[in-house]
Amino acid sequence: MTERPAPEMLRADLVVEYPFTRTTGPVIGAFLTGLRDGRIVGVRTSDGRVVVPPVEADPTTGDTLDEMVEVASNGTVVTWTWLDPPRPGSPWDRPHGLGLVLLDGADTPMLHGLLVDSPEELETGMRVEAVWAAERTGHVHDLVGFAPEGSGVAPAPHAEDPGDEPVRSVRTPIRLEYDFIPSSAAQEYLHAYAEKRILGNRSPVDGAVFVPPRGVDPRHGVAATELVDLAHEGHVGNFCVTHLPIPGRTDLTTPYVSAWIHLDGADIGFLGLVAGCEVDEVRIGMRVRAVWKPDDELGPTAENVLYWEPTGAPDVPVDEAGNRAWTARRDRDETGGPADA
Amino acid sequence: MGSLGERTAVLGVGQTEYRATRGDVSVAGLVREAALRALADAECTWADIDAVVIGKAPDFFEGLMMPELFLADALGCAGKPILRVHTAGSVGGSTALVAASLIRSRVHRRVLTLGFEKQSESNATWALSLPQPFSVSINAGAGGYFSPIIRQYMARSGAPELIGCMVAYKDRRHALRNPYAHLHQHDLTFDQVVEAPMLWDPIRFSETCPSSDGACAMVLGDEAAGDASDRPVAWVHGTAMRSEGNNFPGRDEVSPQASRDCAADVFAQAGITNPRAEIDAVEMYVPFSWYEPMWLESLGFAELDQGWRMVEDGSTSLDGGDLPVNCSGGVLSSNPIGASGMIRFAEAALQVRGLAGDHQVDGARRAFGHAYGGGAQYFAMWVVGAEKP
Repeated sequence: MTERPAPEMLRADLVVEYPFTRTTGPVIGAFLTGLRDGRIVGVRTSDGRVVVPPVEADPTTGDTLDEMVEVASNGTVVTWTWLDPPRPGSPWDRPHGLGLVLLDGADTPMLHGLLVDSPEELETGMRVEAVWAAERTGHVHDLVGFAPEGSGVAPAPHAEDPGDEPVRSVRTPIRLEYDFIPSSAAQEYLHAYAEKRILGNRSPVDGAVFVPPRGVDPRHGVAATELVDLAHEGHVGNFCVTHLPIPGRTDLTTPYVSAWIHLDGADIGFLGLVAGCEVDEVRIGMRVRAVWKPDDELGPTAENVLYWEPTGAPDVPVDEAGNRAWTARRDRDETGGPADA
Repeated sequence: MGSLGERTAVLGVGQTEYRATRGDVSVAGLVREAALRALADAECTWADIDAVVIGKAPDFFEGLMMPELFLADALGCAGKPILRVHTAGSVGGSTALVAASLIRSRVHRRVLTLGFEKQSESNATWALSLPQPFSVSINAGAGGYFSPIIRQYMARSGAPELIGCMVAYKDRRHALRNPYAHLHQHDLTFDQVVEAPMLWDPIRFSETCPSSDGACAMVLGDEAAGDASDRPVAWVHGTAMRSEGNNFPGRDEVSPQASRDCAADVFAQAGITNPRAEIDAVEMYVPFSWYEPMWLESLGFAELDQGWRMVEDGSTSLDGGDLPVNCSGGVLSSNPIGASGMIRFAEAALQVRGLAGDHQVDGARRAFGHAYGGGAQYFAMWVVGAEKP
């Protein structure tokens, strides 16, 4: 049995990250302000218990809580586990324990790192004390973790000059790393681009051609496996003249025209850049053709088409442009008119 | 379609002030502010609430994952169910409708429902413009998506070029009468609206919604709870949701089939055959000014391609119009995204309760709340009335 060699599986690293802000409000703000100053504070609930870290609402009654209570910076390990190695993005750079620590004066344990060299040094019920960062900024990382009482790893408990402004917000960057793998239909579409071809996907139900191919006809819920080559010409179904820069596209000067390009032979549009004419010359129905990268720069990507330029041919009528083309053709078919070639 | 089931009443509404930045409260504090005001309006306590249904915009809009978990305590959910609803920009509306369905189906007697967003902690345009490998990245946020659709409406309807500016000016004037509104532009002139810079031609900066922090909550109750209320309640006369794909052959992007079907359903439930004559106040989701005439047509308040005439002749103004639209100032004046749909629903309820304050439509008996989301793919609507259906 022979097998056709599979084309290279396309994949790419996709990183999504943003430095989100979190407004602390008075209660979490008091906790973070306390950490900055080398103190740990909780909040007293309506039944007199002290919750650490503090919460804004009573866990039982839902009432608003605001009585802040300082607790000790040492306490007892209630339970623990061992992490080896630390996960990516962890605040700790070596294997460590992760435990629930019931601080003296608190009624709920808090989760934090247990800073010892091996799990043999940990046991439930052991006494631990806070390990503070040398430089503290009003962030949860000001408290590095907990170490066995008397182990002497804790630097000075108070910052030199913490200032007296309470903490009101913190930065909480979020970073997600994806191994981006296009669908099988998209894989074929992208590989075809490297050969300077644009593929669509024909519905087995009504013949509608989708671009990019999806592998399914989403309206009828059936698989669509037939791929068709599409022309490199079409018309502008619709467009936007954008005066704002796009994050990550430093090569685009504003204003630029992004348009729904409806290729000849396709029944939906896809987004493309229109250039090669003045911005105010772009029209709904304007005929355009692809301007490709040089052949030796082609790769498996839709970015091979640099932009779409006017062909100069007569416009498609506005009421048959874009998605109206499908409706117009259907109406013609129903009235016995000529179907599209 | 289908039966309304248990009669459902809006017992209370609570809103935060909508502001560019609420630097004084956390997300938990923000949602509690709205929830506590709704409880007070409904003359309820946390103990009276059987379940909580919350909604917010997509997680990446503020980097807040699984809010239904970390806000459970803040929303008094110990020992109760909490559900999160997620339908992009329409989420505030669909969240309210999921809450209403829990009453209508007699699963619960009183449900707290809430939508929120703290846009100051993030950047929604960035979150809507995430590049995809192997693709051409040229879509700059929601305005970039909706601008071509507005252009198509303008071409098809022949509407005068400044209709959008008229909507924006009207809604900003309305907002001056709503203390909760984010934008209070007392000195704004129509010329300033017209002269504002183009962002996504044909959308000017002045024709876009702001980025807001805020939350909106409602307490919904069953018929017995509505009957027992000492304060006026709004009765739910109809609810509907629809969705559709955002790109398929023959799609009418200007007036999506899902929008038309949803409106037909909700008005049929409410026994309304002439929406313009039978609805006294409209709160519709208009994040870009031109969507007012577009939705007026799609929803059946105006004939095809004629919605802009209602803007031009002042029909949608609180000052003398027969169908005041967005008396609160609308999304164009306050846009905490996850709450924006619920604000529409809540403002409709306030109108028929007679509690809309300075932006009250005199004698409003029936009002319409509307939300849409995604690429105009998700629709949520309700009709509320002063009388029991």
